[in-house]
Amino acid sequence: MNQSILRRVALAVGAPFAAVVFAVALSSVVLLISGNNPYNAFSDMLENASRLETFVDILNNATPLYISGIAAAIGFRMNLFNIGVEGQYLIAAFFAAAVGSAGFVVDLPAPLHVAVILLVAMSVGAAWAGVAGALKVTRGINEVISTIMLNFIAVGGVIAWLLVEFQDDSGASNSGTTPLAASGRLPSLNRVLETVTREIGKGRELTGVLIIAVVVGIGYHLFINRTRLGFDFRASGYNPMAARAGGVPPKRMIMYAMLLSGAVAGLVGMFEVLSDKGQYSQSFVRGIGFNGIAVALIGRNNSVGIAVGALLFGFLSTSSGILQITGSATPEIVEIMKGIIVLSAVVAYEVVRRIRLRDEAKSAAEATERRDDSVPVEGSEVPA
Amino acid sequence: MTAAIELIGITKRFPGVIANDDVNLTVQRGEIHAICGENGAGKSTLMKMLYGMQAPDEGQMLIDGEPVSLSSPSDAIARGIGMVHQHFMLADQLTVLENVILGSEPTNGIGMIDFREARRHFDEVGESYGLTIDPDDLVETLEVGERQRVEIIKVLFRGAQILILDEPTAVLVPQEVEELFRNMRDLKAKGATILFIDHKLQEVLEIADSITVLRQGKTIATVDPKDVTAGDLAELMVGSELPVPDTTDSTVTDEVSLDVHGLTVLDADKRRVVDDVSLIIRRGEIVGIAGVEGNGQHELVSAIIGTMTPESGTVSLNGNDLATRSVRERREAGMAYVPQDRHVEGLLLDAPLWENIALGHQTEKPFSKGIWIDRGGTRARTEEICDWYDVRTPNVDVSAHALSGGNQQKLILGREITTNPDLLSASHPTRGIDVGAQAAVWDHLRTARAGGLATLLISADLEELIGLSDTIVVMFHGKLVATLDPADVTPRVLGAYMTGAHLDDDSPGGVAPPTHPEATTTDSVGVQP
Amino acid sequence: MTDVIATPRPADTPEEGGVKGLFAKYVALPGPIRWMTAAALGVLLLSIVQEISGEGSSVLTEPGTSGAMLRFAVPILLAGLGGLFSERAGVVNIGLEGMMILGTWFGAWGTVNFDSPWAGLVCGAIGGALGGLLHAVATVSFGVDHIISGVAINILAPGLTRFLSDQVFSDWEGGSITQSPRAVGLPKFDVPLLAGQGGSTSLLGELDDKDWFFVSDVAGFLEGAMQSLSLYTVIAFALVPLSGFVLWRTRLGLRIRICGERPEAGESLGVNIYLHKYIGVVTSGAFAGVAGGFVAMELAGIYREGQTLGRGYIGLAALIFGNWRPGGVMLGSLLFGYPFVLALRDSTGLGTRALLLVIGIALIAVLVFSVVNRKWTDSIIAGVLALAMLIWWSQSSTAPNWLPNTMPYATVLLVLVFMSQRLRMPAADGQIYRKGG
Repeated sequence: MNQSILRRVALAVGAPFAAVVFAVALSSVVLLISGNNPYNAFSDMLENASRLETFVDILNNATPLYISGIAAAIGFRMNLFNIGVEGQYLIAAFFAAAVGSAGFVVDLPAPLHVAVILLVAMSVGAAWAGVAGALKVTRGINEVISTIMLNFIAVGGVIAWLLVEFQDDSGASNSGTTPLAASGRLPSLNRVLETVTREIGKGRELTGVLIIAVVVGIGYHLFINRTRLGFDFRASGYNPMAARAGGVPPKRMIMYAMLLSGAVAGLVGMFEVLSDKGQYSQSFVRGIGFNGIAVALIGRNNSVGIAVGALLFGFLSTSSGILQITGSATPEIVEIMKGIIVLSAVVAYEVVRRIRLRDEAKSAAEATERRDDSVPVEGSEVPA
Repeated sequence: MTAAIELIGITKRFPGVIANDDVNLTVQRGEIHAICGENGAGKSTLMKMLYGMQAPDEGQMLIDGEPVSLSSPSDAIARGIGMVHQHFMLADQLTVLENVILGSEPTNGIGMIDFREARRHFDEVGESYGLTIDPDDLVETLEVGERQRVEIIKVLFRGAQILILDEPTAVLVPQEVEELFRNMRDLKAKGATILFIDHKLQEVLEIADSITVLRQGKTIATVDPKDVTAGDLAELMVGSELPVPDTTDSTVTDEVSLDVHGLTVLDADKRRVVDDVSLIIRRGEIVGIAGVEGNGQHELVSAIIGTMTPESGTVSLNGNDLATRSVRERREAGMAYVPQDRHVEGLLLDAPLWENIALGHQTEKPFSKGIWIDRGGTRARTEEICDWYDVRTPNVDVSAHALSGGNQQKLILGREITTNPDLLSASHPTRGIDVGAQAAVWDHLRTARAGGLATLLISADLEELIGLSDTIVVMFHGKLVATLDPADVTPRVLGAYMTGAHLDDDSPGGVAPPTHPEATTTDSVGVQP
Repeated sequence: MTDVIATPRPADTPEEGGVKGLFAKYVALPGPIRWMTAAALGVLLLSIVQEISGEGSSVLTEPGTSGAMLRFAVPILLAGLGGLFSERAGVVNIGLEGMMILGTWFGAWGTVNFDSPWAGLVCGAIGGALGGLLHAVATVSFGVDHIISGVAINILAPGLTRFLSDQVFSDWEGGSITQSPRAVGLPKFDVPLLAGQGGSTSLLGELDDKDWFFVSDVAGFLEGAMQSLSLYTVIAFALVPLSGFVLWRTRLGLRIRICGERPEAGESLGVNIYLHKYIGVVTSGAFAGVAGGFVAMELAGIYREGQTLGRGYIGLAALIFGNWRPGGVMLGSLLFGYPFVLALRDSTGLGTRALLLVIGIALIAVLVFSVVNRKWTDSIIAGVLALAMLIWWSQSSTAPNWLPNTMPYATVLLVLVFMSQRLRMPAADGQIYRKGG
């Protein structure tokens, strides 16, 4: 019994670990071929990561990735592929920044101001994802295609159009929304972190959105694993027909999942909107949506797993900077590592899943045989 | 003369089961040889090994006197063996010709299919065996009998001399069965050897030259049909301990539980798959629905449980109209459902057992508290159910995948009955499970009936229907065409109603007073969708 | 009902009067004639709109536009045909985008490195095929969910090309980490007699100059399509009938298709399902790679990071629109490629504005069709959208500059709204297949 638990744990942890080892090995080969010393490169990366400032960088990097990963995972749990987190967070960030700097909202006190911004972001993200949900439910359009198209429409169309309308007055080349007032920004968490560490230098600030990410992560875990609605989500994901026979309306679940996924996606851009940049501009950070999908895949849609994945990706992203500086390897190697990790992780998970199924089938069969054996024994004991 | 097939001491084990145990079988060339046995007797496994889909663990196989080891269907085909699967192996969107030539396409040098040659050979095969079908039809447009003919042509196209037919009559209506038997006799006349699996004894006696009976993986006997009766065969098949579902004292009360009135369900093409059905089930009563599959039984059940929306009609339980309610509301009102295919509608195969047990009851105690799932309560209940219903599993955390079919079925039955529903719709509750589990399921259904459960039982197994039901209604082309008393109905009479054959029959016998006046209007059978 | 694009079965469309009957007669026509009728109707619609909209909207049918339309259709077409091979083999290939990205890089690399556009084409195909191979290993051998594997490849590909650019292009003159040196495509030519530039004879050119309503527009459109035609484009369009031939007329094709329809049936007849799935998916990658090569070499003349612009996904949409048939994929690629052209050529926004009217009229056609077929939901959606388009068109004088960039993607969604429910994908598409059940 104990051994089987050990085996299960080993299998669960082993898969992502194997993926990372495989990625390190493969990228070492790539580095060797391209004339770099992999040992130097990796030791530079690790040494760099052990600095407090880098640690803050990693956390800052991982925070939006984590939220994005959760957004993707909500869909994945239902076998719904919301590839549109990218578009949803951008359009949500834009509206949040625009509304946050407009009209009466500007004069709200700090907590309320931030709350309004968050609310707008979540609603807009949900609405944009909801379009894809509605198209799937009413017209049967595959959500993969529709969310991708909506990404392009959001970025190339809606935002491009509205950015002109909401532009900050000046004719600056890098135009954006009017920067938020101080009341609409989240304070950094440097003080909190500094209670356990030394003072954070080099002007690094730990984003306050980290708290939102933690709340989202815990909320996601409780919702999916502990609530009735979360159960309905998962049931639909496992087998929509059986779920329907069990009283779970499949179309409504699809809508709920898309709306929820979009609402969480809406929070992804907050780390920039609520920071001292405080606006949506042409140079607003992109690509977190797609990386979030990667992180969700690495983390197996599990709230802790996604956190590990996000930190790993954050670490890799930060490492490219140090490789640039030390010159021990080309910084682009981290991009390859990300790709390899994702691909090998999904393969490893599938392999592990099959091993686990075989194990279970075997133990169930054993249970059947054991009982069969025991029946005649009991029978023979009765007359004696 | 050497035998076409000779099997010596074939044994095949699966985890927890011995599917074939020292099987010996000799099939002479040019004969029609039937393999009979109950579900789970190991017939299909045997056939799969003959066709190279599975390898035996022990034993020897001789084809035309030569020892062979078949590691794939290609090997079998090369040896002149062809198989017609029970579930047709046809691609709906491909033409008949494409389905037939697949894998042995006549081609020219560059890999282009020589359709002219293919067609010529197709026609040749069809003509010489009297099998006609248009090679250019898409398979999806064909009737069941026609599909089977395509499967047979497929086998002959490859020059097979030994044909394996896996329960060929299971999906056919009587006329089609006659057609099939005619074809089989033609094939035999042309020198083909046919090995076929069946458990409908009358059919076997009619067509076979010799019969081998399998029971629990062992060959029990090989007999000449001239020497045995159906009764003899049945005894050979089930041994002495036939699990006969016998009706004990009636527990039927006067209280109406389910009242379905004028229910009509349309399919995607607007055809009336359930046509003005009215039905009453009382507390403590099992009403069995007999009918050839595809006559609207599944749609009727789906409309009752709420996964299909009827065009018109009412469904009420204990006097409450539920016709417009959701599946969840109906379940909360006391409906329970054992689906016809446990893998499609019954289980979350990748989820642990305890989550499967909560499915369908996730709004009720002990499965949830408020908005939260009650993990402890659910797990405790799951352990109880596994105990009461003898679901054999190492623990409640394994995924449903891991369980055998019988254990999965008992799990579903336990889930549906232990919440004390008022109505249970059970479709084919013992399909594909072993004899022991079958008896257990029957016991559970009877116990629940004694406790006041109203049950709608749909089954293709007439023994099960007759044995369990208090009332049997026959469904044909979406209508209820007869209400019969199981006490004095015979399978023959039932069969006549199920196939519409009673229209030509003067004395079907045993027609009980109708539950609803419109339920027995036999002349309405002629009205076809 | 199931086949709206190709191979109609006349028996299924009984003769009826009115619009329905007309449609039935149209559907019963032989393939090439149907295509020509559809194309002519399209141009007719465009020329009517052009007449109404007046000056500035001539961009809709002028020769340059049709030429560009073909060019912009090619990457979508090739990606779509790639998807066709993969999905006919039962593997959904969302990784087309990533394979296309590999194609852009390897295409440019091959062109520059071997100083030959032909080498570029081959290298692009190989690059894409490698991506396909990866997808096949993950989905077929390891049974990973097709979408997940595709997404992973789409994440891997840009990282890989960026790394490779840094390793290779950075050291080359004119190259950098985000782009290659110039990489020109295959030779271009004018179709003799029909089209020509400068002093050469051009029948269509003369017709175009006559400025007759519709006739000149058709001539102009055709002329543009046949002027300075790249061999690459010709090859791409030649792949349409070739793909159809391979999939429907050869042994290999039949065996690939059984993988997408009923792999168990294939297995029971001794077909090696894994092998044929691999062939389908790797071919798919090669096609996407060629598509990427086209984007780099023909459209841009250079490899530039992020230049595929989601065309792989649009190829997938064209595949769906085309009901998993080569002819349909081609129609879809032309339809979805056209807005890309306007985004490039229509600097004034007048043409795009006129396109609003085109869409409006098309929607009215859908409305009529839906009403005749008693599809009330479709009718309402089409009606509302048509009205919105017409109002927009009449209330604006020029299209905003973001609209052309949005148009390709919006067109995809709009078309799928009315199409997706009458489509039929291969029966076992997207399912994970394991040997022996």
